[in-house]
Amino acid sequence: MTPETMVLDRVTRVPGVRGALLASAGDGLVVAEQLMDGVDGRAAAALAGALVGRLLRTTGAAGLESPLFVHLRAEEGSLLAAPAPGDLVLVAVVGPDANIGLARLEMLDAAGRLG
Amino acid sequence: MSDEIRALTARLADEPTSLAFLELGEALRRRGQYDAAAKVARGGLSRYPGLADAHDLVARILSDQGDLAGAFDAWADAIRLDPMRSSALKGLAFLYFRAGEVPAALEHLARAAEADPDDVTIPAAIARIEQEVRETSAPPPPPQEPAPVPAPPADAPAPSPPQSQAVPASTAPATPPSGPTVDSPFADFSDGERGLLLADANGLRLGGTLTAPGGGEAGDRVAAELGGVVREAGRASRLLGLGSWHSIAIETPAAFLVLVPPSGDTVLLASREPSMPMARLGLLAERAARVARRWLERGR
Repeated sequence: MTPETMVLDRVTRVPGVRGALLASAGDGLVVAEQLMDGVDGRAAAALAGALVGRLLRTTGAAGLESPLFVHLRAEEGSLLAAPAPGDLVLVAVVGPDANIGLARLEMLDAAGRLG
Repeated sequence: MSDEIRALTARLADEPTSLAFLELGEALRRRGQYDAAAKVARGGLSRYPGLADAHDLVARILSDQGDLAGAFDAWADAIRLDPMRSSALKGLAFLYFRAGEVPAALEHLARAAEADPDDVTIPAAIARIEQEVRETSAPPPPPQEPAPVPAPPADAPAPSPPQSQAVPASTAPATPPSGPTVDSPFADFSDGERGLLLADANGLRLGGTLTAPGGGEAGDRVAAELGGVVREAGRASRLLGLGSWHSIAIETPAAFLVLVPPSGDTVLLASREPSMPMARLGLLAERAARVARRWLERGR
């Protein structure tokens, strides 16, 4: 099992997580993924990458450092993203009843270990 | 001296830098030993000026001593440090009510109810005030009887000073602490507009202020980026089958940010230091969004 797969395995074990993937933040290409049926990994990677890129510019404009964690909450679930070293971003798509707190901790830990 | 106070005094003597002063000050206050309680609380506050609990304790003691203006300032300090501190919000509501500022009292009670939904005394107090307002058809004067709002100091009787001792208008301002302008979207927001920014879909700032960590106003630069953020958020949530987006929480090492859309074509950003839990910042952002929404509706 590769380090990337181990990381994704831990994140997807959190209740309510529909899938997780590791993508290149620059071009949104998928590096590794573990997704349930119905979750489009390439779309999630590209969309999350674009959103994180925008947020990087926003925090930069505010004179702040790059985001450590991003949580987009929507009607039917959430998109979570944790930028990782090496221009990577760890992304999770979760349902409305997911344990966001636990998913956040796993993702922050995972992003740190990828460095 | 009771055993409890003796034990707490000994503990504080052993560990002068501990937080035992909070328990000791409260125990002394409950026994009516206000001067001693104030001395302990002030000592603790001097060591922990950034601790909302310490300001809250000082406020309760001052309130019991009848120094309502001093209590107001201390609770306001507690709120600045912890905007969702329900005990301080209740305290301010109590003081606003006694000063005849019924809308401000209700606003603070509503915030206290958000912060502590399990406290059943808060909705009861809101109902009593609203009933009184209905009966009088006008904001009531400061009550002559014990206040119907929950007394802020835990388990302590509500102070009932004569009307002349009520919080002076200058210390019970209708405007928030940071003094937004009258035409600000956040003029009605009791926390002020510090760290709040409202922008339209074209990236133009509608109101609020955002200060960069190094100083200097960053509001316009950030607003210019927010239009793009809103578009990306809408696209991502829609294409991933998540429906419409409600909020974006962003953690950075030096600040937490929350974005919420007060309307379809605006976005509000709330920013605080990471000492405020993200979930609380989310509540604050939602409350600010409601205020901004009312402002937008009035403008339209």
